[in-house]
Amino acid sequence: MPDVQSMVAEFVNKLRKRKIEGSQATAKCTVELLRSVISHQRVPHANQAAALIDAVKAVGQQLVAANPVELAVGNVVRRVLHIIREEDLSLTTAAMAGLDLLDASDDDDIDNCKGIGYPAMSAAVVAAAARSTLRPPSLQTLLEGTPESATVPYTSSSGADSESKSKSADKSSLTRKLKHDVIEGVNQLIHEISGCHEQIAEQAIEHIHQNEVILTLGSSRTVLEFLCAAKEKKRSFRVFVAEGAPRYQGHLLAKELVARGLQTTVITDSAVFAMISRVNMVIIGAHAVMANGGVIGPVGVNMAALAAKKHAVPFVVLAGSHKLCPLYPHNPEVLLNELRSPSELLDFGEFSDCLDFGAGSGSLQVVNPTFDYVPPNLVSLFITDTGGHNPSYMYRLIADYYSADDLVM
Amino acid sequence: MGAQKKGGGGARVSEDAEEQSHQRLQAILLADSFATKFRPVTLERPKVLLPIVNVPMIDYTLAWLEYAGIEEVFVFCCAHSIQIIEYLEKSEWYSHPNLVVRTIESHKSISAGDALRYMYEQQTETSQIQGDFVLVSGDTVSNMPLADLIQEHRERKKKDEKAIMTMVIKQSKSSSLTHQSRLGTDQLFIAVDPLTKQLLHYEEDKIDHPRGSVCLDKSLLESNPSVLVCNDMQDCYIDICSPEVLSLFEDNFDYQHLRRHFVKGVLVDDIMGYKIFTHEIHSSYAARIDNFRSYDTVSKDIIQRWTFPYVPDINFSGNRPLKLGRQGIYRACDVIQSRSADVGASSVIGYGTKIGDGDKILNSVIGNGCSIGSNVVIEGSYIWNNVTIEDGCEIRNAIVSDGVKIRAGAVLQPGVVLSFNVVVGRDFVVPAYSKVSLLQQPTTEDSDEELEYADSSSRTADHLSGLNLQMESKASELGPDGAGYIWEVCEGAHDEEWKHSVAPIPEDKLAEITQAIDDDDTDDESVVPTSGELKSDADSINTDMNDPNDDYYDFEKEVEGTVLRAVEENIKVDLVTLEINGLRLSYNMESADCAGATFYSMMKLAVDTPHNSASELYKNAASIITKWKELLGFYVKKIDEQIEVIMKFEEMCQESPKELGPLFTQILHLLYDKDVLQEDAILRWAEEKAGADEADKVYLKQCETFIQWLKEASEEEDEDDEDEEEDD
Repeated sequence: MPDVQSMVAEFVNKLRKRKIEGSQATAKCTVELLRSVISHQRVPHANQAAALIDAVKAVGQQLVAANPVELAVGNVVRRVLHIIREEDLSLTTAAMAGLDLLDASDDDDIDNCKGIGYPAMSAAVVAAAARSTLRPPSLQTLLEGTPESATVPYTSSSGADSESKSKSADKSSLTRKLKHDVIEGVNQLIHEISGCHEQIAEQAIEHIHQNEVILTLGSSRTVLEFLCAAKEKKRSFRVFVAEGAPRYQGHLLAKELVARGLQTTVITDSAVFAMISRVNMVIIGAHAVMANGGVIGPVGVNMAALAAKKHAVPFVVLAGSHKLCPLYPHNPEVLLNELRSPSELLDFGEFSDCLDFGAGSGSLQVVNPTFDYVPPNLVSLFITDTGGHNPSYMYRLIADYYSADDLVM
Repeated sequence: MGAQKKGGGGARVSEDAEEQSHQRLQAILLADSFATKFRPVTLERPKVLLPIVNVPMIDYTLAWLEYAGIEEVFVFCCAHSIQIIEYLEKSEWYSHPNLVVRTIESHKSISAGDALRYMYEQQTETSQIQGDFVLVSGDTVSNMPLADLIQEHRERKKKDEKAIMTMVIKQSKSSSLTHQSRLGTDQLFIAVDPLTKQLLHYEEDKIDHPRGSVCLDKSLLESNPSVLVCNDMQDCYIDICSPEVLSLFEDNFDYQHLRRHFVKGVLVDDIMGYKIFTHEIHSSYAARIDNFRSYDTVSKDIIQRWTFPYVPDINFSGNRPLKLGRQGIYRACDVIQSRSADVGASSVIGYGTKIGDGDKILNSVIGNGCSIGSNVVIEGSYIWNNVTIEDGCEIRNAIVSDGVKIRAGAVLQPGVVLSFNVVVGRDFVVPAYSKVSLLQQPTTEDSDEELEYADSSSRTADHLSGLNLQMESKASELGPDGAGYIWEVCEGAHDEEWKHSVAPIPEDKLAEITQAIDDDDTDDESVVPTSGELKSDADSINTDMNDPNDDYYDFEKEVEGTVLRAVEENIKVDLVTLEINGLRLSYNMESADCAGATFYSMMKLAVDTPHNSASELYKNAASIITKWKELLGFYVKKIDEQIEVIMKFEEMCQESPKELGPLFTQILHLLYDKDVLQEDAILRWAEEKAGADEADKVYLKQCETFIQWLKEASEEEDEDDEDEEEDD
C-alpha cells in the first residue's frame, strides 16, 4: 500500500506542476497507476466491486484535482470505473447462471439464459436491470420495460448468498476472478491507448488522396503518424503547417515531417485564411473531444475551422478514444483552458518597463491561453481508433465507453 | 577541484563522470534575509513565511527547487527559526518523495556570510555539501530550469578550476527617473565579457551620483578584448556555487554580504584568481523579494502568470487552488460576495472571505477568512488572512497583516504597513508610509543598513510579551479604540520610504525628480543639488536638504558659542582659533565666513553685556575688540575678509539700528585703529556701496567724514610712498 500511495503522490505532483504534457502520455501514466492501485487494493468478500470503485475513485479525484485541465485523466479514470462495473456485472450474471449453465460468462448474450430455471431467469433480469443502470436509457431498454423491482433480487442475492457452502467457495474464486478480470480489462485499455496512433494511422489511406494539400496546425503525434502512414502507402501530397504561435510547435512538426520525406510548407497562423483556398483538407489533433462533439485543441484551431467552413474544406479531427470526454463544454465545472506564462509571447526583459505598476500609468497585460474550442458544427469528421464518426455520433461512443454513474466523480 | 571534493569523494574510486551523475543536486536556502526592510512585520514572523498572493514565500522557492530537480535542500534558519521549522514540519515538504529538506539552525549568524561559515563548520557525514550547490534565499520566486545551468557550471569548472560561481541575471530595465529597478532595488551596473560571460565588474548604484559614473579598472580592458557594460540587468540572487565558495567565506571572515563583500572581494582579489560567471535567463522568471516594492511587483507578476506554473490557480505546494475567472480575477469557490460589490481586474480573493455591499476591490490580494464590510474601497493592497475591515474604510496601496481590525470609516493612505493584530480606530486616518505594529519600535535602531542584523530582531521578539503588557496601559496612537504604535521613520530613511513602499511612486515625486534632472542638466556647476532627492542616504549632510544659508546660520551659532565660552573661561587665543578652524572645516566654510561669524559673535557679546547708554556699549565693544583683536586678526588677513567684516557689521547695525547704529563710525574707527581693518578695505567697501540704494547708504553717509579722512590720509601716504620710491 505505501508504495502505491507514494506513486500516487508522485504522479499527482507531476500533474500539478504540469510536468507531463500530451494527453496520450498522461492517459497512459494514469491507467498504469490505476492498474497498480487495483492490484494492490485488498477486496473484502462482500461488495468487492464497490471497494475497487471506491479506491479508484479516491485516486481519480486526486488526479483530476491535480490538473483539471488535462481531461484525459478524468476520461481514463471513468473508463477504468466502467471496466470494473462491467466485469462485476458479467461475473454476477455468470455466478447466478453458473449454477445451471457453466458457460454464461458472455455478458452480451442475454438469450443464453432464456428458458432455464427460476434462478437463471432472475439472473438475466438482474443483468438487464444492471445494464440499464450502466448504459444511458436507449429506446431499446425503454421498450423492453424491465420491471424496476428486478433490482431487488440483485442486491439481496449478492448479500444473502452464504447459505450454501459451495457458493462461498465459489465466492473466493470469484473475488480473485473479479480482480483478475478487471486487471485484464485495464491491460486492454493500456494496449488500446498505446496503440491508438497506429489504429488511426491505418485509416489514413482512405482519407488522403493523391496530390492533395493538407493543412494542419500546431503539433500532434497522431497527426504526424497519420500523415506518415499515408506517405508510406506511396501517396504523394503536400502539407501546410501553421506554426501554432506562441509555442511554435508547428516548427517541430515541420521538422519531423521533412525528416520523413514529406513536402512541407510552414505558414504563420494568420496566413491560414489566405492559404485555405488551396487546401483540400484540414487535419488537426485534439486535446479533448467533448460529449457534444465539440473539440478542444491548440489555440488558433477555431480560426482554422472557420476558414475551412467558409471554403467548404473538410475539417477532420484525429482523436484517440481516451480523448473522448463525457462532459459538456458548457458545464462550469469543466475547466477548458489554461493560461500559461506570458513569457511565451514576449520577452520579459524587453518589456519590463511597460509591466511596471509602480509608475502609476497603465500597464501591459499579456494573456496566453493554451486551448481553443471548436463547436461541433464546424467539424466534418472525427477519426478515432474505432473508425470515422460524425460529431453528432460522439454521445453514442461516449455511452459505450462510460457509465452514467461516473460522470460526476 | 578543491579540498572539499577530495574529502567527500576520496573513498570513491569511481570515475569523475560517474561521480557527477551520482552527485545529488543540493541547494542552500537562506531562510533569513539578514535585513530589516520588512519591519515591523518581520518582528513577529520570519520573512520567508510571509504570504505572497496567499502562499508563504518559502513555498514558492521550495516548489521551484523541487521542480528544477534539486534533491536536497538545506534550509538555514536564523531569526524565528522555530516558526520556520514548525511550518516545514507541518507542510508536505518534510515528507516529499523527491526533495529532502533539512533544517539548520543558528542564532549567532547575523549575515549571509556567517550563515555560510556556519554551514561549512557544521558539515557532517549525513548533511554535507558534496559538490556544486545552488545558493538562494527563501524569498526567491522563480520558474527557471536549473539542471542545464548546473551542468554548464560543472563543465566550465572542469575546464577552469577557478570558475567557482555562476550568477543568474535577467534583463529588466530600470526606471530612468528614479534609477531603481522594478523591484525597488538600486540600479545595477555590471561588466561582462560577452564571449565567456565572465563577470568583470559588479556595482550596485548605492552611492548614486545624479550623473551616475561607473569606474572600471583599466586592466579590465587590457586583459579582455571586449567588455559589455550593462545597466539593465537584474541580479536574481540565484547562484550556482562550487564548494570553494564555502571555504572562501571561511577564509575571509569579514565577508558578510553575498554581493557587496563576496562578489566584489572575488572580483578584486587577483591572487587567488577566482572567477565568477553570469548566466542570463530569457524566458523564465526569477526575482527576489527584497523590499515592499518588490513584494508588490512580484505579486503582480504572479497574478499576471509570469511565474507559471507557480500561480494561484495551480496547486503547487499544498496550497488550495483558486479559480481563475475573467480579467484575471482569482477567486476561491466559497467566497461570499455581495451582488453590489465590484471586484476589478487582477484581484485575488481567498477562501472563506466575505465581501459586503458596494465594496470596490481593484488590483488587490485578499487572503483567507477575511470579512469586509460594506462600501469599502480596497485598491492595490495586500490583505493577509483573518482581517476584519468594517464599513466605509478606504485602503489604498497598503499591506495589512493577519488578524488586523480596521474599524468603520478608517482610512489607510498609500504605503501603510500594518503588522499583526493591529487595530485601527474608528475614522482614524493612518498617514502615508507609516508602519504600525503592536510592538514598539526598537530603540537601538542602527542607522547603517548593513548593521541591522537578525540578532536585534530576535531580541526584540523576545520582548513581545512584555511589550504587550505595556500596550494595554497606554492609550493607542491609532484612535481611542485602536491598538498599535506608529513607528517613527528615522531621518535618513524618510527619503527612501517612497522608493521602497508598496505604493506606486507618487506623481509629485516623479515631477520633482524630473525637475531635479532638468536643473542638473542646465546647471552643471552646482555643487549642492537643488533637492536632495537624488542623493541616497550615503552622504547624510547633503540629503538634509539644507541650503548654504542654513549651514551658515548653524556655523554662526557654533562660533558664537565658542567665542562666548572663550570670553567667559578666558581661553587662550590659539585654542579658540583652533576650535573655530575645526568648525570651519566641518561646515566647509571659508575664512571670510569665519571672520564674519567671529566678529558677529564679538559684537553680540558686547550688545548682550548689560549697558545703559551708547557710550557704555561702545566701551564694552572696545574692550572686547581690544582683547580679542588677535583672534579676529587671524581671519582678516585679506582685504575681502575685512570687507566681509564690515558688511557683517553693517548688517548688524541694520538689525538693531537703535543700539549699534549710532556707534557705526566709532567702532569702524576703532577697528581701523586696532589694525583689524586696513584702510584699503574700508575704501573698497565705500566704493562698492557708492552704487547702492539710498536706504543702504545710511551707514556709508554716517561715516562719510571718516572715509574722507582716510582718503586724504592714503593720498598722503601714496605721496609719501612715491616720495620714498623717488628716494630709492
